[in-house]
Amino acid sequence: MINYEAVIGLEVHVQIKTHSKVFTRVGAGFGHEPNTLTDPVVLALPGTLPVMNKAALDAIIKAGLLLGCDIAPVCKWDRKQYFYPDSPKNYQISQYDQPICLGGSVEIELPGAARNLMGEHKKIPLTRIHLEEDVGKLNHHATDSLVDYNRAGTPLMEIVSEPAMQTAEEAFAYLTSIRNTMIYGGISDCDMEKGQLRCDANISIRPVGEKKLGTKVELKNLNSISYVRDGIAHEIKRQLAVVAAGGKLVQETRDYDGVAGTSQSLRSKEMAHDYRYFPDPDLMPVHVDEGWKAELRRACPELPFDKQRRLIADYQIPYTITSVLIPDRALSNFFEATAQLAGMGRSQAVGNWITNDLLRELGAAKLPLSASKISAANLAALIQLIDAGTLLNAAAKEVFATMFATGEAPVVIVARLGLAAAPTDTGELEAWCRESIAANAKALAEFKSGKDSAINAFKGPIMKAAKGKANPKLVDETLRRLLAEA
Amino acid sequence: MSAPLHFQTIAELSAKLAAGQLSAVELTQAIIARTKAIEPRVHAFNSFDEPAALALAAASDTRRSAGQSSGALDGIPVGLKDVIAVAGQPLTASSKMLANFVSPYDATVTQKLQRAGAVLHGRLNCDEFAMGSSTENSAFGPSSNPWDLTRTPGGSSGGSAAALAAGAAVATLGSDTGGSIRQPAALCGLVGLKPTYGLISRYGLIAYASSLDQIGPFARTVEDAAIMLGAIAGHDPRDSTSFKTAIPDYRAELKTRRSPWKLGVPKEYFGAGLDPEVGAAVEKAIAFYRSQGCEIREISLPHTQYCLDTYYIIATAEASSNLARYDGIRYGHRTSAAKDLLDVYQKSRAEGFGDEVKRRIILGTYVLSSGYYDAYYLRAQKVRTLIRQDFLNAYREVDALITPTSPIPAFKLGEKSADPLAMYLCDIYTIGVNLAGLPALSLPCGFTQSGLPIGLQLIGQPFREADLLATAHSYEQAHGWNTQFPSL
Repeated sequence: MINYEAVIGLEVHVQIKTHSKVFTRVGAGFGHEPNTLTDPVVLALPGTLPVMNKAALDAIIKAGLLLGCDIAPVCKWDRKQYFYPDSPKNYQISQYDQPICLGGSVEIELPGAARNLMGEHKKIPLTRIHLEEDVGKLNHHATDSLVDYNRAGTPLMEIVSEPAMQTAEEAFAYLTSIRNTMIYGGISDCDMEKGQLRCDANISIRPVGEKKLGTKVELKNLNSISYVRDGIAHEIKRQLAVVAAGGKLVQETRDYDGVAGTSQSLRSKEMAHDYRYFPDPDLMPVHVDEGWKAELRRACPELPFDKQRRLIADYQIPYTITSVLIPDRALSNFFEATAQLAGMGRSQAVGNWITNDLLRELGAAKLPLSASKISAANLAALIQLIDAGTLLNAAAKEVFATMFATGEAPVVIVARLGLAAAPTDTGELEAWCRESIAANAKALAEFKSGKDSAINAFKGPIMKAAKGKANPKLVDETLRRLLAEA
Repeated sequence: MSAPLHFQTIAELSAKLAAGQLSAVELTQAIIARTKAIEPRVHAFNSFDEPAALALAAASDTRRSAGQSSGALDGIPVGLKDVIAVAGQPLTASSKMLANFVSPYDATVTQKLQRAGAVLHGRLNCDEFAMGSSTENSAFGPSSNPWDLTRTPGGSSGGSAAALAAGAAVATLGSDTGGSIRQPAALCGLVGLKPTYGLISRYGLIAYASSLDQIGPFARTVEDAAIMLGAIAGHDPRDSTSFKTAIPDYRAELKTRRSPWKLGVPKEYFGAGLDPEVGAAVEKAIAFYRSQGCEIREISLPHTQYCLDTYYIIATAEASSNLARYDGIRYGHRTSAAKDLLDVYQKSRAEGFGDEVKRRIILGTYVLSSGYYDAYYLRAQKVRTLIRQDFLNAYREVDALITPTSPIPAFKLGEKSADPLAMYLCDIYTIGVNLAGLPALSLPCGFTQSGLPIGLQLIGQPFREADLLATAHSYEQAHGWNTQFPSL
C-alpha cells in the first residue's frame, strides 16, 4: 500500500484599500448602489485610457517588503485577455512575466498541542505577488443577468505561493497569516465577506518520497477561511479516493460549494484559456528606485509574529493572551500603551482586563475598539487602584462598566459611587482579625503546622464584619502579624 | 482676388474676425451652406450639428465683443474625425457597432479646441475604426475626393481631408496609425501632420493600435497646421503615453527658424511601385531644397522592407485587444438573435464589424496566441526597434528626410477594395514613421497631368515639429500649390 502526501499551493487575491481605483480617479468601495462607482474609464467607453494610481503601487511594494520579496526595478503592465461580462474591456490589466514582487515568504503558525501552547512555526515560500485590476460582479436572475461595475478596477494583488503546503491546516494558517500581515500594513481590511480576500488552491497528491508533482487540480471559490480548510481537506480526500479506486486524476479546475461541502468540475486542461498576454501599450513601465523603496520600508510595521514574540518576552504575558491581542493590531497597541502606563508586574492584569472585560463589553455593544471610551491611561489607573488595594474586584468591575459607558477616570467614578475599600481604621480591623482567629482553632492549628492557605479561612468573617469593604491586602498583612504572635 | 470664404485659411479668417470684418456666426453659416452644397456629392460627414455649431459661433462672437477672444482659432469651424469624442455627440468610428453611440465625455483634444474657441461642427467619415486607406471600409459609405468624385480621398481620415478640400471646414483633425493623415492629405492637396508619438493626448481617441495612433491636423497651409498643432499639443495626465515637453509657439517659430540644412533621401522610398508623376514631383521638390542651399544626401533605411509586415503584426495585435470591448454588453450594437452569452458576443460582433475590421481582429488574435507570440509579436517588436534605429542612424547624418507620401495619387473608388494587400501598399512610405514614433507631414508638391494632387512627405526628429514645419513652410512659400482649389 503506497502512502500519499498532498501538495498545496495557494493563489490569494487581496483587494488593496485605496481611495480611488487603480487606473482612474473614481472612488473604490463596497456596498454602494450598483454602478455608481463608475466613470468612462471603468466602463471602457471608446477612447478611454488607464492611468496608474500610485497609492496602489505603494501598497503592493509595502506588502512585498513585509513578506521579504525582491521588488522589481520596473513595474510593467500586461493585458490578460478573455471575454466575460464582468470585465468591461474584455481584458484585464495585470502583470505577466515581470511581477512587481518576487520570492519572499509567509510565516505561519500551526495549531499547538493545546489552546494555551504556541504551535510550530514554518515559512511558506512565495513565488510572486503581482498587481492587477478587479472585475465587476454578475448577479444572475431567473431570465437575465445584471452586471455591477462598482468593483471593476479596484486594485487587487495576487499572492502566489510555491506548492509548499501539505495540509488544509497549513493552508488555513497561511491565509490567516496573510490576512494579519495585510491588516497590520494597512494594505487591506481582508474582509472575506466583502470579497477583499479571496483564495484559489492548487492541489495534487503524490506518493511520499516522490519529488515530482502529481496532477494538479485548481479549486475555486474558497470564499471563507473555513471553506479554504474544508474545501482543501475535501479535495485531498477526493483525490486519494480516486487513486485508491484505481482511477486516474485529470488536470482540471473545480468549483467548491462550501454549503454542500462538495465540488464539481468547471473545465478540463483542454478547455483552459489562452489569455494572449501582451504588454499594455497604454501604460508606461514605472521605475521603482531605492529612495521610493526606502520610504515605504520606513512605513512598514512590525510583523504580527515578531510582535507576538516580543510581547511574550518583554511583558511576560502568556501565549493565550497574545493570541487574542495579536490578530488585532490596534488592540495589541492598546495593550502595550496600557501596560507601559500601568507599570512593572501589572502586564498580565492589563492583558486580562483587555482580552476578557474590554472585548466582552465591545462585543456586547457591537462596537469596534476605535469606539471605546476607555483610554489606556484610565485602564492603567484602574489596575493600579486594584493593585494598591483601594478597589476590590467586585467594585472594580462596576467601575470598569461605568468607564466603558462614560469614559471617566476611575478615581472620579470611585469617589462618586463610594466604591473605595473602607478607610482603614486599624484598631477596628485588628479587633475583627483577633475575633476571627479566636473563633477558628482548627484553621489556626493548620496554619501553624505550615499550611499557608489556611489563612483564607479567617478572611470571610472579617469581610462580613467589614461589609465587604475591607482592604484585602491590609487584612492579609494584619492577619499574618497576629498569627505570628499567636 | 481672394478665395471664397470657405477656402480661406485660419490665418486669413482669424485676421478678419479680429478686425471685425466677419463674425463667427457669418463664417459658420458660410461653412454650413457650403457643407450642405457639397455633402451629397462628397459624403465627408457622419454627423453634423448645425444648432450646436451656430451656438458655439455665437458664443465666440460674444467673447470677442467682450474683448476676451481666445486666439487664432476662436470662431473657426473645425471638423473632427469620427473617432474623437465630443460630449453629447455621436461617436461611431464609422462602424455599425457604434452607429447609435453618443459619447458622454470629451476627448482631451476636444476640450483643448473648445478652450481655443473652435466651432466643432461635425464628425467626419473614415474607414471603420480607422482601418483602411480609402474610407471604403466605412459602414456609412465612402467619401469622395473633391478633386475627382469618382476617386477616393484616401484614408483612413478620408472624411477629414475631403471636408477640408471641399471647403466644408477651415481645418480638421484626423488620426494617423500608419499614414491615415498624411496619405489623405496627399491625395486631397492638403497639409497633414502626424506629430511625434506622445505629443498629443490620445484620451478620447478611439484606439486602433495604441502604440502607433496619434491625432494630428489637416490644414490648407503649413501656418494653419502650426496653429492647430499649438492648440492640441501637450502633456495630459489622463494619457500615460503623453510626453512632458515644452510646447513652442509653432506659428511664431515658422518665421524665426532656419530650415534644416541637410535633407536625407532614403533610397528605399523611390523603388518599384512609385508612380512616375509622383516621383518626378518629389524630385523637383528635392531640387528646390538643393537650390535653397540645403545639402541633399542619399541615405538608407535598410529595414524598410519589413515595415509593412511589422506594422500588420503590431497594429492588428493591439487592435484585436482594443476592439474586444465592443461586445454588445454595455453599449453599442447588440444582436437581437442571441440565445446565450456566447451568442451575444459572436453575433453582436459578427453583425457590428465590417470585413476589414474582422480581418485585422483575426490576424491580431492569431499573432498573440500561445505558441505564435514569440514568432510574430515578439519578433515584430524587435524589428520595430531596428526600424526606429534606422531613422535615428539617419539623423546622425541629416536633419530631416524627404520622400513621397503616397506611391500613387488618388485611385478610383472600388479599384482596390477587393484586394487588401494592394490597399496595404498605399501606406508603404508612411508606416515606418509610425513604427518609429516620429513626426512627419505631407504637403502639396504639384498635380498630375489629370489634375490630381501629389504629396511630399517630410519626416522629422522626435518632438522637433517646429523644425519640420519650418522646412515645409519654406517650400510652401515658394510654390503656392495650396492656392488651387477643386471645382465642385
